[in-house]
Amino acid sequence: MDHSFEIRKHVRTYIAVFVALLALTIVTVAISYLHLEVRAAVTVALIVAVIKGGLVASYFMHLISEKKIIYASLLLTIVFFAALMWLPIFTTSDPIMYNNVP
Amino acid sequence: MEIPYTVDARPDTGLYNAKLGIWLFLASEVMLFGALFTSYILLRVGAPVWPRGSEILNVPLATINTVVLISSSITMVMSWASLKMKDFKKYRVFMGLTFLLGVAFLVIKSFEYGAKFEHHLFPSNNTFFAIYFTLTGLHGLHVIGGMIVNAYFWGPGSRMWKTDPERFTNRVEVAGLYWHFVDLVWIFLFPVLYLL
Repeated sequence: MDHSFEIRKHVRTYIAVFVALLALTIVTVAISYLHLEVRAAVTVALIVAVIKGGLVASYFMHLISEKKIIYASLLLTIVFFAALMWLPIFTTSDPIMYNNVP
Repeated sequence: MEIPYTVDARPDTGLYNAKLGIWLFLASEVMLFGALFTSYILLRVGAPVWPRGSEILNVPLATINTVVLISSSITMVMSWASLKMKDFKKYRVFMGLTFLLGVAFLVIKSFEYGAKFEHHLFPSNNTFFAIYFTLTGLHGLHVIGGMIVNAYFWGPGSRMWKTDPERFTNRVEVAGLYWHFVDLVWIFLFPVLYLL
């Protein structure tokens, strides 16, 4: 296939992703006006943010068609990132802090 | 001595070196912002009361800034696509727009910061403002860093297009990966700080 033609096809995808990102930004703000209780608001906001982030990473950063070594390094990053996000939860299960030990 | 694998892919990785390099750098950036996000969670969970961001921060300005950064991401990717299509003039237009959108983001952010300082709201006021200024400040520094690189590739750095166009295209791709990452961080900062 002609290389330039392929890039033009990509450009159409970029524009579609851009429109989707704008729409999802409106959704994010609109949801905040619903004044959901905190747990539901956090869940919905993070789901929308993950979708938006996924679109940027997949299409603008071309992660949808990358080499294995990049996927492998990102997988490792995700594992450590998840561990970081769990740290605050570990602190809440700290027996010294919560068992009221004298 | 010529730097190896600036254009051709290394046989073992299947990538030109700078691309693997920027992805490893971005992985370290994920951990940097991750540390601050987890600090945010820890501070919020441990606080007896936590303000709703939408009540003390300017949501319309932050929404405009979100649109500005998303727009700068598409102009950035279009600048790379223009080089791929051998259209240097279009590249200059799109890269110039990316830089200007970066300026717009910082100007809007400065209005936001200015309003907070006018109301005597500083990082020392409370934990919310401490983490708000730390996260948005660090993000702002990343925007400035990206703008410096983009300005270089728009101006003096673009001379490489005449001598080594493929290498220059790869350089712009690498700059773009960084710029999209900065956009990606904002996509998470916006709801976390302003809307929740």
